[in-house]
Amino acid sequence: MRRYSAFAIAREAARFHTGWERAWRSPMPKKAYDVIIIGAGGHGLATAYYLGKNHGIRNVAVIEKGWLGGGNTGRNTTIIRSNYLQDESAAIYEKARSLYETLSQELNYNVMFSPRGVMMLAQTEHEIRGYKRTEHANRLQGIETRFISPAEVKKLVPIIELAGPRYPVLGALWQPRGGTGRHDAVAWGYARACSDMGMDIIQQCEVTGIDQKDGKVTGVRTTKGDIACKKLGIVVAGNSGVLADMAGFRLPIESVALQALVSEPIKPCIDVVVMANTVHGYMSQSDKGEMVIGGGADGFNNYTQRGSFHHVEETVRALIETFPIISRLKMLRQWGGIVDMTGDRSPIIGKTPLGNTFINCGWGTGGFKSIPGSGWAMAATMASGQPDALAAGFGLDRFREGRFIDESVAAGVAH
Amino acid sequence: MLILTCPNCGIAADETDLAPGGEAHITRHGPEASDDEFEGYLFHKRNPKGVHFERWRHAFGCGKWFHAARDTATLEVFGTYPAQTLEPPKALQALIRKKRPDWEGFQK
Ligand SMILES: Cc1cc2nc3c(=O)[nH]c(=O)nc-3n(C[C@H](O)[C@H](O)[C@H](O)COP(=O)(O)OP(=O)(O)OC[C@H]3O[C@@H](n4cnc5c(N)ncnc54)[C@H](O)[C@@H]3O)c2cc1C
Ligand SMILES: [Zn+2]
Repeated sequence: MRRYSAFAIAREAARFHTGWERAWRSPMPKKAYDVIIIGAGGHGLATAYYLGKNHGIRNVAVIEKGWLGGGNTGRNTTIIRSNYLQDESAAIYEKARSLYETLSQELNYNVMFSPRGVMMLAQTEHEIRGYKRTEHANRLQGIETRFISPAEVKKLVPIIELAGPRYPVLGALWQPRGGTGRHDAVAWGYARACSDMGMDIIQQCEVTGIDQKDGKVTGVRTTKGDIACKKLGIVVAGNSGVLADMAGFRLPIESVALQALVSEPIKPCIDVVVMANTVHGYMSQSDKGEMVIGGGADGFNNYTQRGSFHHVEETVRALIETFPIISRLKMLRQWGGIVDMTGDRSPIIGKTPLGNTFINCGWGTGGFKSIPGSGWAMAATMASGQPDALAAGFGLDRFREGRFIDESVAAGVAH
Repeated sequence: MLILTCPNCGIAADETDLAPGGEAHITRHGPEASDDEFEGYLFHKRNPKGVHFERWRHAFGCGKWFHAARDTATLEVFGTYPAQTLEPPKALQALIRKKRPDWEGFQK
């Protein structure tokens, strides 16, 4: 693999950009692999990458029914934060956030991680208490967050309307090291590094069946033929229920649509991420100048990647109160993704009832931020066959045992 | 917008008048139930890509619960029916089978 660098740009400029090579190969599948990962979203690709990098397992295929990163990874609003409440969550989200800090250098691919700070507004007395509790929990977990006053909020976000009218800003939970990244680049960067390690990323190839013998996986059936494997990782977000059905078990997951939208581009006016969980909306500004806006998920099962219009309306209606300057902006694009929701709003990472088969799902509305940490923990779990320390709390058995990792408050609004 | 006809009051209600209530026809096992049965009841959702039977409430209308049959892969609504039943009406099942020949049929 030829490295990207300032020198490479100069070299290519001098020869009319004829020397750039493809970022990854597009091979036909081999007959068999040590490990197959289903789903080339961020989590599947990161799993493959750390299998190779941390555990030396490189005879790996990542199988994708569409194009890589075309699922939720390429549809999210890219908020990265780790200010969760429970210790298990704090550990894996903070691992991910810290890996993001050096990911561009590590992958030699600019993932545009921008630690611009994430602010979660407190707009009711309950929220103040909730966020102060999170602040204390985060301090014990070694995560830097701070509850800030309305005056500090206004200083960081001059375009905000503090007075309300209905929900005045009473303060905010501030994580200065949170921020955003470039979602596509995360998928592309991992894909390029995986391909460079000799792994096969097979796009336009849908898994249609899972073969098993004596309670263990033996391979997968795909639209490009049958492929054998020794271990299988299912990392398909909103489609987890469909794959679990093929493998013969059920999941505590429901698939629903979550939407986002962007405005026409305007000059820079907000350089942090603001989340308003009571009114269900959040906003940041992209490098292109678009306002990136998201809100709540739909309430009913859905696989169509199309959400309900009234959710967009509710989100925008709320944000106009908080940011009056956006009231005249035109919206440019709106889209949806199918997110995999668990009852406690925490992910599932670990073994499945089928032998040698592992699952990573349930990230729901908030799994972009966790991609590096999740891949790290999933790879360790798949390599050893036993839950990694970061993943141990997130096993499927926690539902049966009533050991929930309740983040329905911290996850409050989607992402 | 999703529109469902409430079988209780006959109104074709917009999604904004309705509250979703999740999968329908889930069996709540009795006091002697095994751990497996109770885990299944609480957590194991069918979450199918295709025909789905689900509960809805006509929240900003008559306020009553009812059931709906929908396709989660196309958003097509097959029909609605009263909540006081253990399985979808035979006529509705026949209609779905006609529209979706490879549907595996209603399963408890
Ligand atoms: C609108 C929106 C906004 C969001 N905002 C945020 C945010 O601000 N911050 C945040 O942290 N998270 C956010 N999220 C959540 C985040 O996007 C997801 O949690 C994350 O991207 C999940 O990544 P993944 O790799 O698990 O899934 P995906 O990226 O969906 O990848 C799964 C892949 O599996 C493939 N697949 C499925 N079935 C098969 C099959 N049978 N055979 C082969 N391949 C298959 C799919 O095509 C897909 O590419 C948001 C999500 C949405 C939809
Ligand atoms: Zn009614």
